[in-house]
Amino acid sequence: MSLLRLEAVTRSVELPDEEVLEILKGVDLDVAVGDHVSIVGRSGSGKSTLLNLLGLLDKPTSGSIYFDDRLTSDFSANERDRARGAEIGFIFQQFNLLSGRTALENVMTPMLYATGRAFWNRKRLAAEMLERVGLGRRLDSIPEKLSGGEQQRVAIARALVRGPRLILADEPTGALDIETGASVMELLDDVAESSGAALITITHDVNVAARARRHYRLDRGVLSSVEAQRVLEFAERQSASRAAA
Amino acid sequence: MKRQSPAAALVGSLAEAWAEVRIHKTRVLLSLIGVAVAVAAITSVAGLGGIAEQAVRESSERSGGRPAMLSVFVSPGRPGGVINGPAMGNAFDTVTERYKITYHSSVLGGSREVQFGTGAAPVYTTAVDVDYQVMHRVAVSQGSWFVQSDERRLAPALVVNDVFWQRIGSPDLRTHPTVSLLGPHPVSAVVIGISGQTFGTDQPAMYMLPSGFAATSTSASSPEEQQAQFEAWVPPSVAKDLEPLIKRDMVAAAGSGAMVQIQRNDYLAFGGDQLGPIKIVVGGIAGLVLFLGALSLVNISLVTVRQRIREIGIRRSFGATAGRVFFAVMMESVVATLVAGAVGVAVSIAIVENPWVQGKISQGNTIDLPPFPIEAAILGLVCAMAVGVLAGLLPAVAAVRFKVIDAIRY
Repeated sequence: MSLLRLEAVTRSVELPDEEVLEILKGVDLDVAVGDHVSIVGRSGSGKSTLLNLLGLLDKPTSGSIYFDDRLTSDFSANERDRARGAEIGFIFQQFNLLSGRTALENVMTPMLYATGRAFWNRKRLAAEMLERVGLGRRLDSIPEKLSGGEQQRVAIARALVRGPRLILADEPTGALDIETGASVMELLDDVAESSGAALITITHDVNVAARARRHYRLDRGVLSSVEAQRVLEFAERQSASRAAA
Repeated sequence: MKRQSPAAALVGSLAEAWAEVRIHKTRVLLSLIGVAVAVAAITSVAGLGGIAEQAVRESSERSGGRPAMLSVFVSPGRPGGVINGPAMGNAFDTVTERYKITYHSSVLGGSREVQFGTGAAPVYTTAVDVDYQVMHRVAVSQGSWFVQSDERRLAPALVVNDVFWQRIGSPDLRTHPTVSLLGPHPVSAVVIGISGQTFGTDQPAMYMLPSGFAATSTSASSPEEQQAQFEAWVPPSVAKDLEPLIKRDMVAAAGSGAMVQIQRNDYLAFGGDQLGPIKIVVGGIAGLVLFLGALSLVNISLVTVRQRIREIGIRRSFGATAGRVFFAVMMESVVATLVAGAVGVAVSIAIVENPWVQGKISQGNTIDLPPFPIEAAILGLVCAMAVGVLAGLLPAVAAVRFKVIDAIRY
């Protein structure tokens, strides 16, 4: 069943000299429930713009985006916000934890916009989620007292606490060392798989991308499918060169 | 998508606002000092204004009586005429019974010769009934006021002023000190009470009951004693209706030769708010302080919102609607100013309820010190909330106008 579908999506912006810059060109993508997709691209290839469209943070210039087979352009602003809160979990490269607030408070934050029991039981649910990512003993630690890996675990717990059906991870290991990055990705894969959520990882690291089942490459705004075998070979070569270095 | 229930939205916004205030307490504290001071000022103005008003009211009631105080004057219609005092007193008693007037008194003024240790001296004397104390808020600093049984004393009871008391050597009233009232038939009188503030004079003065006053009357008594004066404390709502009725009845009792006048002497009869100008000036200053506090709060809030762009973006990415962000930023301001308002009100209560301050404001003249006015506390909190709303409005609008994508990348 299709969860998120992009059909001929373009996104362009008008530059100060009135020239139009086309960032995404005719992007087609279909993501099903439980899918794991990676999108690899260099800096400036349009990865962040695509992420914003996938996360209902931005609207396409042309083309259609369907969420649960509903055209998202038909959503009101509040509906988009509510859909984003209930169905999509974000994981950012810089973690984007709220400073000064404990791990528990950070994970509780998305629940402030939840409904019913999820809202009223937010503290218990957040504590359970932190326990699940191995931070049951760091509930009261503020981000400044946590390591990079721990911060990303808090971010993962925060992204998953409302039980989203789509997880968008933007360079989830970009700010971590290789070992920590690998363990965080393993955790993310496990948690996403056990919750049945679709996971879209946007990265420039082929080792991270290789963990996905389907692979895409974004180059100058054009999204194209890449065979899994090619990604694995490339990842192995990159690992070998890292080991040699 | 399910919409959040209003209760959850409100609780959630308050939780966000409180967390923000708690985490940035130093900044919040600094920005709110002005608001707290202003609220304390406004609340104190209202609270102390209440005490000052009560002091002025009681002072006015001491001289003119409590509202509505009807004064009835009966005087001879021609020079050399004589009023039958006891008969007029009986007539006034009938009137008060007829119109169910609970508090009433005859009021006579005159001079009595008193033998002091330093020699005899005339003392201004006011002859009043027992009810007069309540009707005029007469404060008795030592001893007691008259009771009904004092009418039967062979030695008349006196309530004297401080000067009188000091003149007889400041005796302990428990020893029942006596003084001689001179005249053709000298009489010993007992000092039963001291009313320090009643007369407002540096000369000895005293109160007596009418029976004792009449018993010590001499042929040289003042012309004041040739007329009868009575007072009746009636509800202000019926005062206007009672005036012609009482006058009619007293004219009938006094006969055609006498002249009867009736008028209100209490402060309400003259209208006007005596404290109005002071209240306006102090209130204006407090309002200005509040305005300046609000300005600094808006300034700090705007800067803070700019610093929090990323955080707002993150919240939006987790489902916070624009309305929710607007409300949360607004609530932060309101929660913070309400806390400041509560502190301001607490400071104000400490000021207003301080005995030293109360003494200074009331000049020690107030018997019924009003409790801290709830309206003043509510006014302070409402002012704080209004400042919070106004100071939160601009930052809240600014917070909503950020694009989510730009905010996260900020």
